Amino acid sequence: MSIVEKAVNARSGGGGVRALYSGNARIVVARGLLATKSTNWVVVFSGFFEPVFYLLAMGWGLGQFIGDVTLPSGTVVSYAAFIAPGLLAVSAMNGAVYDSTWNVFFKMHFGKLYDSMLSTSMGPLDVALGEILYALLRGGVYAIGFLTVMQVLGLNLSWTAALAIPAVLLVAFGFASLGMAITSYMKTFQQMDWINIVMLPMFLFSATFYPLSVYSEPIQWLIKALPLWHAVELVRSLTTGDLTGAIAIHVAYFAAMIALGLSFTTVRLRALFLD
Amino acid sequence: MSAPVIAAQGLTKTFGDLTAVAGIDFEVPPGESFGLLGPNGAGKSTTMRMVGAVSSRTSGSLTVLGLDPETHGPEIRSQLGVVPQEDNLDTELRVRDNLIVYGRYFGLPRRLCATRADELLTFAQLEDKARAKVDDLSGGMKRRLTIARALINEPRILMLDEPTTGLDPQARHVLWDRLFRLKERGTTLVLTTHYMDEAEQLCDRLVVVDHGRIMAEGSPASLIREYSTREVVELRFGSDHNASAAAQLEGAAQRVEVLPDRVLLYTDDGEGLLERVAHLGLHPTTSLVRRSSLEDVFLRLTGRSLIE
Repeated sequence: MSIVEKAVNARSGGGGVRALYSGNARIVVARGLLATKSTNWVVVFSGFFEPVFYLLAMGWGLGQFIGDVTLPSGTVVSYAAFIAPGLLAVSAMNGAVYDSTWNVFFKMHFGKLYDSMLSTSMGPLDVALGEILYALLRGGVYAIGFLTVMQVLGLNLSWTAALAIPAVLLVAFGFASLGMAITSYMKTFQQMDWINIVMLPMFLFSATFYPLSVYSEPIQWLIKALPLWHAVELVRSLTTGDLTGAIAIHVAYFAAMIALGLSFTTVRLRALFLD
Repeated sequence: MSAPVIAAQGLTKTFGDLTAVAGIDFEVPPGESFGLLGPNGAGKSTTMRMVGAVSSRTSGSLTVLGLDPETHGPEIRSQLGVVPQEDNLDTELRVRDNLIVYGRYFGLPRRLCATRADELLTFAQLEDKARAKVDDLSGGMKRRLTIARALINEPRILMLDEPTTGLDPQARHVLWDRLFRLKERGTTLVLTTHYMDEAEQLCDRLVVVDHGRIMAEGSPASLIREYSTREVVELRFGSDHNASAAAQLEGAAQRVEVLPDRVLLYTDDGEGLLERVAHLGLHPTTSLVRRSSLEDVFLRLTGRSLIE
């Protein structure tokens, strides 16, 4: 939170965290649920099916031609069991990113929602945290649904698959935080399209559909720098039971992403609506 | 007299090279209905945002309810009701939920918010719209809902930025009636407007603002007494003849103003002046005698009319 604190001290010379946070983020989440219930639950529902279709088409269909995949540790799994955790991570990412980018963009520029929220005793951190938690909730719902499908299809190979739920929430939290931070800098629809330009290749190339070993070393490092790779590896090691020490690195990566995204979002909301 | 709820000294706000508010001083005692009157771009909204603790000042001092907005933003905002210039109702929520959720942003318990929401729907004459979607409301209803929403935390000060701009005359009168009731209950009102009739109806005291500065201060009646005459004669000679007619009328009235479409003569006896105009051999196409209004005060102070 050092960025936040610095911003507070530089600007107001007092007031501290109290000026940023009133402990009321859950009302922002409650508001999001109420709004979803009354307006756009169909959109929410549709987001669940996308990864399921991918799983059926590629895991089951394409998988018959590919056969098995050998994990770095030497464990051999079916192709469907290999890509399913990747798709699970992707569904968490998509849910979180959709809510924290497009939805936030609309609320920011057209709905004027944050103007009204910040004219109450709430602070920018309440709004940021509330919106991000709401986005995370959606990613979490998708993940549990998808994990259930995996269980039915016999693609969860270990009891540790249950831990994929908190893991996926962590992933969603990370993507939602960063997504909202980036969105707060966006001014036009054209800029919003850049998000898609980043998301699609990340989805295709982050060892989602094949092991990272197909790439040359420099490209491997590039992929390893991207968040989705960490998400895919984290979830895959849990659903296949192929546990390694790398899990700690993946978790740390997302913790850092959350801290960074949340700090930037708070500072930006303050600059945009309380200046 | 009790301590002012708002006190500003040398309050200034600049955006880059633009000075929106150029060092203004004013105080608002509790229970007063205080107005900022001025044309668009005079710095009214910027002043309101600073008082509302959502915009930081560049220099000068400001206290709201005895606190500095710079350091106690959330505490101040928790005791304010804000009606912004553009409605920012939550279009994804229904009418009653708009009130309840907004109340909960202040950390108020759900049950209390629900009780108050029902009272406020009655106050805003929107009881039968409780389940309606915000987008289905008329402009006047949206405005009343925004005012009801601003009252959910029982604010000590209600801030209204251009409360009736864009509403039809009937909707304005309904709104004024509601605001007048609040005033009678002792709520401190701070409002901006560029409508003189609104300022005259609602404000105990007002400041006339132009280019970020205060030009005059007082009650509507005292401003009119000080800066204008009792009556005004409006004469129209046709746009090509107004100036030449005005030259002939110089000296006939206490003051003569030439506008593009009419000549204004300031006097304490409108009918008498109208007769003298006829004696001078001038025949305006239309003539009108009326009471002086804040519009005339503004014209006198700035040389411009309030609504272009």
